[in-house]
Amino acid sequence: MALTQNLQSPQLYLQSLSRWRPAEIAFWLATLLPFVLAPNYLSLASQIAIAALFALSLDLILGYAGIVSLGHAAFFGIGAYSAGLISRFGWGEPLTGLLLSTLAAGLVGYATSFIIARFRHLALIMLTLGFGLLLAELANSAGWLTGGIDGLQGIHTWRLLGLFNFGLFGTTAYAYALAVLFFVFLGTRRLIHSPFGLALRGIRENWVRMSAIGAPNRAHIRTIYTIAAALAGIAGALLAQTTETVSLDSLGFERSAEVLVMLVLGGAGRLYGGLVGATIFMVARDQFSGIAPEYWYFWIGILLIFVVILLPNGVLGGLPNLIARWRRP
Amino acid sequence: MLSPVVGVLFDGFAYGMLLFLLSVGQSVTLGLMNFINLAHCAFAMLGGYVTVTLVNGHGWPFFAALPCAFIVSAVTSIGFERALYRRLYRASDLDQVLLTIGITFTAVAVAAYIFTTAQQPLQLPSYLRQSVEVLGLRLAIYRLILIAISLIITCVLVAALEHTRFGAQIRAAVDNERMARGLGIDVDRTFAITFALGSGLAGLGGGLAIEIVGLDPSFAFTYLVYVLIVVSVGGLGSIRGTFAAAAVLGISDIAGKYYVPQLGAFLIYLVMISLLMWRPTGLFGRR
Repeated sequence: MALTQNLQSPQLYLQSLSRWRPAEIAFWLATLLPFVLAPNYLSLASQIAIAALFALSLDLILGYAGIVSLGHAAFFGIGAYSAGLISRFGWGEPLTGLLLSTLAAGLVGYATSFIIARFRHLALIMLTLGFGLLLAELANSAGWLTGGIDGLQGIHTWRLLGLFNFGLFGTTAYAYALAVLFFVFLGTRRLIHSPFGLALRGIRENWVRMSAIGAPNRAHIRTIYTIAAALAGIAGALLAQTTETVSLDSLGFERSAEVLVMLVLGGAGRLYGGLVGATIFMVARDQFSGIAPEYWYFWIGILLIFVVILLPNGVLGGLPNLIARWRRP
Repeated sequence: MLSPVVGVLFDGFAYGMLLFLLSVGQSVTLGLMNFINLAHCAFAMLGGYVTVTLVNGHGWPFFAALPCAFIVSAVTSIGFERALYRRLYRASDLDQVLLTIGITFTAVAVAAYIFTTAQQPLQLPSYLRQSVEVLGLRLAIYRLILIAISLIITCVLVAALEHTRFGAQIRAAVDNERMARGLGIDVDRTFAITFALGSGLAGLGGGLAIEIVGLDPSFAFTYLVYVLIVVSVGGLGSIRGTFAAAAVLGISDIAGKYYVPQLGAFLIYLVMISLLMWRPTGLFGRR
């Protein structure tokens, strides 16, 4: 009944999608729990928030527009190095630094989006991979600017809003990262439930039909790629500002692969997929690395095979199925 | 005056032939079933470790260990193909990428667990380490043998693809899978055998690569990039294209590192990106 009504009016359909559900409100309230329950783990919590933001940015292009990128860490790295360099050149104010780094990543994203929008399938995967590797190699060889293999040292972030110090316990770091994540999430949510978001899903499902009904596919791809690049830049900048260091692995292939794992683990093409996946991934890594840090990749690999074969839609897609199967008999 | 240039060309060509051995299987797999197999170099790494174990640990002669590397990689890959890959032939690019990245991660960790992350030196007989002088040029014997093996394999592959019944089946399946099925060709079986052959060649390449580029667990990722570059530049499913791309990339990589070291590693990425933008299906690609 509700469905037929929705199909009659696209406005009503989009509105019904964008209504806040109780589970969502509970989720965001739960993100405040670490302040009370686990004050010793606040720096981990801020890392999770940053990873979630990064995964959310990948979700926009991969989950919604269907662009498989193996080089998304490039924009994370650009954000991180921009934030680090701005601070090294004597401007450690976090919010303006964040804004400038976002701009830098967005600009590079916009420039490359013209290439990205022209290709599909293997050529696209190879181009994103090649672009990511090229940038990592550039950062490695431009040691005078980036510190090369030693990483960028000597970053100092000033007090947030002139009041809160980024201390050792990570209270400010987590609050800052969480607030940024929340605002970005609001924007993303709005974007996904707009007609533009619907057009993106159309491109993912069938490129040819979308062109046939007159949708400017390439312009849409360019827009969303630029937005995703800027958001990845925010995540990178947050990491640089809260940890006050940037290393080469912020650009590396492993980071691109990790964020892919997080997103797919949670469920690509779902707003909360990246957030849930990042939380599971980061907590698991924290636990496993205590046992055997160098063998962590073994578990990621097993996890990936497991998710692809048994949970094709990630945790968020797979759980309802499991529950439904459990209820039926 | 001429000899340094020819020396660089020779080293580059030998390196290119190594890339060819590593990539030819990937090219056929991608071309035949459209399967993006990022775990290809994990099979090459397996071949490398088999060679090291047999030669260093059990005192096998190097040339007896190489066929073993081929067989072990080929048989292991059939196991993976039957258990995991087969389920994803019709799946999206993303699922294939994720599964095979997962296999590679696992393989890297297992290699690090068994062999540690240190470089594995190969104890070669001393005659392979020498060089011969031809027209005033010093050519390393090992590289000469590498080139010879690759050329023999290329000839065998091209002959097998163009003059045998099985080769005709592979070509038919690459050109038009549905039509091939309609004609009664068992495309799945063709693919399984081709896949095993490609992984076996990668294993052989892995065994031969140790002396030139070394072997450690990161091999599976480092050379994956080179293999993908060769494959996507050469064009899917084309042995001649793969051969040409491998030779060109090998020579340009060595020449780039020799003459313009400051451009160094990113020259090869720049070449790849511009070639792909110019011809997304590769130099010799048909689709």
